[in-house]
Amino acid sequence: MADYQDEKIDKKKRSFLIAATTVTGAIGAGAIAVPFLSSMTPSERAKAAGAPVEVDVSKIEAEAMITAEWRGQPVWIINRSEAMLASLKKNDSSLADPNLDVISQQPDYCKNATRSIKPNLIVLVGICTHLGCSPTAKLQTKGDMGENWSGGFFCPCHGSRFDLAGRVFKGSPAPINLVVPPHKYINDNTVLIGEDNTG
Amino acid sequence: MRAELKNKNPSSGFVAWIDERFPLSSLITNHMTKYYAPKNFNFWYLFGALALVVLVVQLITGLLLTMHYKPDADLAFASVEYIMRDVPYGWLIRYMHSTGASMFFIVIYLHMFRALIYGSYKSPRELLFLFGVGIFFILMAEAFFGYLLPWGQMSYWGAQVIINLFSTIPFIGPDLSEWVRGDYLVSDATLNRFFAFHVIALPLALVGLVFFHLVALHEVGSNNPDGIEIKKNLDKKTGIPLDGIAFHPYYTVKDLVGLSVFLIVFASIIFYLPEMGGYFLEANNFIPADPLKTPAHIAPVWYFTPYYSILRAVPPILNSQFPGVAAMGLAVLVFAFLPWLDKSNVKSIRYKGHIFKSWIALFVVSFFTLGYLGTEPSNVWGQFSNAIPFIGGIDKATVVARIFTVTYFLFFVLMPYYSRKDITKPVPSRVVYK
Repeated sequence: MADYQDEKIDKKKRSFLIAATTVTGAIGAGAIAVPFLSSMTPSERAKAAGAPVEVDVSKIEAEAMITAEWRGQPVWIINRSEAMLASLKKNDSSLADPNLDVISQQPDYCKNATRSIKPNLIVLVGICTHLGCSPTAKLQTKGDMGENWSGGFFCPCHGSRFDLAGRVFKGSPAPINLVVPPHKYINDNTVLIGEDNTG
Repeated sequence: MRAELKNKNPSSGFVAWIDERFPLSSLITNHMTKYYAPKNFNFWYLFGALALVVLVVQLITGLLLTMHYKPDADLAFASVEYIMRDVPYGWLIRYMHSTGASMFFIVIYLHMFRALIYGSYKSPRELLFLFGVGIFFILMAEAFFGYLLPWGQMSYWGAQVIINLFSTIPFIGPDLSEWVRGDYLVSDATLNRFFAFHVIALPLALVGLVFFHLVALHEVGSNNPDGIEIKKNLDKKTGIPLDGIAFHPYYTVKDLVGLSVFLIVFASIIFYLPEMGGYFLEANNFIPADPLKTPAHIAPVWYFTPYYSILRAVPPILNSQFPGVAAMGLAVLVFAFLPWLDKSNVKSIRYKGHIFKSWIALFVVSFFTLGYLGTEPSNVWGQFSNAIPFIGGIDKATVVARIFTVTYFLFFVLMPYYSRKDITKPVPSRVVYK
């Protein structure tokens, strides 16, 4: 040990070697992080799942809804009555985005007053835009939702409220309206969820 | 070198053989029989040791559960029922583990409260405290990952909500939550990796942090209810703190008494109230996960509810729910700043003035109120009448949660101000021992 006296040490060389070793090591650690982190992204099998689904809408009674499954998510189809459609307009002033300005929440062909292709039948992804719970249908007026409730959806997780067009009420934690998925009618009675004519 | 070692450890035979190869005797001496802790520890100083016991309980019962549990979306729920019905004493091991999770948080919250009232975070214990905050974070993550494993309705939707918290982070959010899930929704891939985190990654991190926590503790020594540094008053001859007593046997015995009481409570819950009226094990979690239907009332397990309340209370700003998520994260993270927020010239609440005491009281009330509200749906108290300006039509519980969210944060944010202004009492030079 006595040979290594301070004055004999080439400090420049030493600091270069320390820097070179650190940088090379860091690059190596960074490189191996790529496969490690990538292994946690969705697998090819998960990517392959998610084909469009066909749903028969002819048997939904007025003021009732059915739930279909698309990409593992609930998709609601609600058959709204005339009275329900009439109530939509009244909600406008208490909604966060009554005019559907957020583009991503519905395809262009549903950017209308009823948010649907056929006025009575609305197709909605039944996942709250807040944190992904599935809201509970409170289709009827009043009830446990209070005197002013005109029908819609209530998210049990964080209390977001939506009207019968899936539009979010002001003061809800959900930032945007419920999403209308891409869909099209194959015939009068069958809707295809997950595919439309624009793509 | 050998002679020197022998002098230090005057043991013989087998122990001497060990001591020459591993510092067994000196470890016991330095950390047990000649580790001096303040002699005035009270009830609040039991919870560190109790937390260690609960950790061991969780590690052992967890190990036994992994021998029967299947981390597969098709099999998980049934394998938990199999443990409960068919595995010999499986019900006991599972209830020990599920009750242990709640007991862990009770003990840790009391342990943290102790640090809060006696100023245990103040210099020179900042790092000790930061390791503790780290343990608290890891424990929350561990509890969250573990809660998905039974694959019940609450498991599923709880995970759905918490993972979606990540997706609100600007720019990287959606990719990040997809990366955490390993799929486009909570699925088998998610369950499988949560199992891996729960049984490998986080327990390792937890045990490592506990080790560092103890190393730091034994470096600086324990604080005490008077907040007096016992190392400042040493016996001139021996160099032993005058107000210190050996950890072993004095505190090992004291901790054993506390442990006995604790285990009576623990066992009573395991045998008579394992679900604790839905607070330890939620009713909806006895229904298998259904990705198409959220239970009508979902709430996290009780130990997350204060933070969950804060999340729910913050309204979206600029069409983004990120502020609520940020507030929730900050509510946990803010503890880490305590050592630098408290400008008081005394540590212990015994010598702090009424201003600081009032703020702690308000903080406790805020914490419990938020905790309670987090277990209830937001419309639990109904809505304000539309006739009232500003808050008309809003859930009453939401308004209350907002008020207490503000007071929760004010406790921390205003601390530099009110802790300076507080009129403190003089601290005696020696511990008060009644």
